[in-house]
Amino acid sequence: MSTEGVDRGRRRFLTTVTAGAGAVGVGFVAAPFVISMQPSARAQAAGAPVEADISKLEPGQMVTYEWRGKPVWIVRRSERNLDDLPSMDEKLRDPASEQPQQPEYAQNPQRSIKPEYLVLIGICTHLGCAPSYRPEIAPADLGSDWRGGFFCPCHGSKFDLAGRVYSGVPAPLNLEVPPHKYLSDTRILVGEDKGAA
Amino acid sequence: MSVMNSVMGWVDDRFPASKMWKEHLSEYYAPKNFNFWYFFGSLALLVLVLQIVTGIFLTMSYKPDAAFAFSSVEYIMRDVNWGWLIRYMHSTGASAFFIVVYLHMFRGLIYGSYKQPRELLWIFGMLIYLALMAEAFFGYLLPWGQMSYWGAQVIVSLFGAIPVVGDELSLWIRGDFVISDVTLNRFFAFHVIAVPFVLVALVVAHVLALHEVGSNNPDGVEIKKNKDENGIPKDGIPFHPYYTVKDIVGVVVFLMFFSIVVFFVPEMGGYFLEHANFEPADPLKTPLHIAPVWYFTPFYAILRAIPDKFLGVVTMGAAVVILFFLPWLDRNPVKSIRYRGWQYKVMLTLFVIAFVVLGYLGMEAPSPVKTFIAQVATAIYFAFFLLMPIYTKMEKNKPVPERVTQ
Amino acid sequence: MKKFIYALLIAALPGLTIAAGGVQLDKAPVDLHDKASLQRGAQLFANYCLSCHSAQYMRFNRMARDLEMSDEQVRENLMFTTDKVGETMNVAMPEDQAETWFGTAPPDLSVLARARGADYLYTYFRSFYVDDSRPFGVNNAVFPDVGMPHALWELEGLKKPVLETVVHGDQETQVITGYQQVTEGSMTEAEYDRAAADLTNFMVYIAEPIRTERERLGWWVLGFLGVFFVFAYLLKKEYWRDIH
Repeated sequence: MSTEGVDRGRRRFLTTVTAGAGAVGVGFVAAPFVISMQPSARAQAAGAPVEADISKLEPGQMVTYEWRGKPVWIVRRSERNLDDLPSMDEKLRDPASEQPQQPEYAQNPQRSIKPEYLVLIGICTHLGCAPSYRPEIAPADLGSDWRGGFFCPCHGSKFDLAGRVYSGVPAPLNLEVPPHKYLSDTRILVGEDKGAA
Repeated sequence: MSVMNSVMGWVDDRFPASKMWKEHLSEYYAPKNFNFWYFFGSLALLVLVLQIVTGIFLTMSYKPDAAFAFSSVEYIMRDVNWGWLIRYMHSTGASAFFIVVYLHMFRGLIYGSYKQPRELLWIFGMLIYLALMAEAFFGYLLPWGQMSYWGAQVIVSLFGAIPVVGDELSLWIRGDFVISDVTLNRFFAFHVIAVPFVLVALVVAHVLALHEVGSNNPDGVEIKKNKDENGIPKDGIPFHPYYTVKDIVGVVVFLMFFSIVVFFVPEMGGYFLEHANFEPADPLKTPLHIAPVWYFTPFYAILRAIPDKFLGVVTMGAAVVILFFLPWLDRNPVKSIRYRGWQYKVMLTLFVIAFVVLGYLGMEAPSPVKTFIAQVATAIYFAFFLLMPIYTKMEKNKPVPERVTQ
Repeated sequence: MKKFIYALLIAALPGLTIAAGGVQLDKAPVDLHDKASLQRGAQLFANYCLSCHSAQYMRFNRMARDLEMSDEQVRENLMFTTDKVGETMNVAMPEDQAETWFGTAPPDLSVLARARGADYLYTYFRSFYVDDSRPFGVNNAVFPDVGMPHALWELEGLKKPVLETVVHGDQETQVITGYQQVTEGSMTEAEYDRAAADLTNFMVYIAEPIRTERERLGWWVLGFLGVFFVFAYLLKKEYWRDIH
């Protein structure tokens, strides 16, 4: 064995190239393993858009659907509720919905496509509890200023009837509006908004 | 570079990282005359790693429940992103493991790698082989197909042949009166936790033992007998870089064969993935023809060759156990087949033929002629070992060189 | 290339042929790249198989994508039990009802082609014959005493077997040597053979939807390994100059 007359340059070049090719190979093998932990076709199918029927919803009522394992609320607001919304602004952290908690088409005073119908993901933006729907006006426990909205029992976060968060509560953001679109006047598709306004 | 060095120095003061690197790679001196047969050790290590990694990822989606096991495998094959690749790698890896290990063992046989001072190394290797068989057996139940189910049923029933405790024993193994959900659940535990631990521990012991005594070589010459002034064997070369670069070539060639199977013939014509295993396990319907996976068939053929149930099981067990005694059965001090007499060459050839024939017969449905051939092959199989103390003493050896050739 | 590898492997290993009912199986003309055939097969499968059998591991949207159909096409032409394209091919018939009709629930067909082989299916579809002793009035040459009716009889019509007596030692057995048409179907024999081939093709596809993709990928992997081999080999040569 002798290391005399070794072409060090060639050796270094071949080592680099082989190591490089090996690293590329390992990368190509690793990728499928990493990607395999992404949601499977079954999870995707289970998370497919959900159709909601709102034909029987009376003003002031709420229905809950499940989309991707999360509760989705659809609230039909009364004229009075809608009239009350602007008066809430000063009590709220983000009254104009500037934070990206809704699709563009719901970035309006009502946070909805049609003013009457509010579509929300029913998970508190604080720590993921489920707020309760409190449509009453000025109930004893929430004070005389309450104009209807959502109250999170975990840490006391409050949201108005557009899902906008009050200032001075733990929750930092407005409730999220999921992508959705109207299939007809009485059917909403939650989870997909392709071709929607 | 100096940062690198100081980090290494910091680590070395607390953990023997550089020392281990030197001991096992850069200053582990291996004979310079390794040939083709010396690839299979490192390949076995590679396959072990592949099996562990793919196994971990399969466990993320597999369900060890009789009601869901079969569907969860199809779920992996279809719904999990790249699940098919991971599963095929694992199923192909199982067979590849045995192919590589059988070739590795054959290398030991032709170059006398089991002989003094490597007896314990050989025994660790044999224990790895046993653990591997257990691992394969437990794992084969998991897809919960017809072959999984009935294969396990037959093999567990073999324990019933043991006098007095046999039936109780097989009941205990199954945890039920037939193979059932309970059995599947515990086989899963053995397959993914218990046996892999043992396997890895044994592999470490095997490698440590190897590096203690040093590698054998195709000439069967102890390179440690000829050292230079620095105490380095004259015929030895550092494992790293010489054998690492060589093994990389071996690994690439192996991966080519492996990929051909994984991507083009994952079922391997029914040998790696049996057709009947694409039917869900049905405890009320036995498939017409039950055969174990190919790597078990030689032993299965031995079992069937013996007309008595108990003796059949004993013979089959003996066929494996007898390999442990190889270092003491072989009385010829010469290691390599290159310098041994004709007797061992003839017997080894017959042994290999018998092993392959048994492997073939183990897949076939029995017939009187085939059973007779299996009996002859079984006799040859055992003759190779049992007559070894006699014929190895009669061998006329050729002179063994002082140094390795080439 | 793939056929070549197969031939090599099969030649190297002892043959494992599935003898089904002792009948010679016809070679199924499987071509997973023939999307038109797969689409026709899907239509046949949805119309004639899916009312009793499920293919519970096959998702409609996966099939749509692989067979180059739109979700809409699949929804309108192939989906009778659900309108969610992410769903799998479940059976229309409730299981308990199936058991009263057939005695046992019809098996799931997702991976049947891998269990039995394409040739078996292709021959099976074309081997139904009239047998009044059976509850559904038909029997099958590759699956004796089959427990299902001839679902495709409207297409194929009905045929009766031409029997020949064969003496085997002191045993006499009757062997089917051919068929004679009794009732005409809506298809000619050649058309029906093609339908059976399409259906077989489709069932081979659903048994392993990834197959064409995996083979395509295999070439890339082998190509990469080939390039890697060259570098690795040169590197080995370079280092081993020290020793030789």
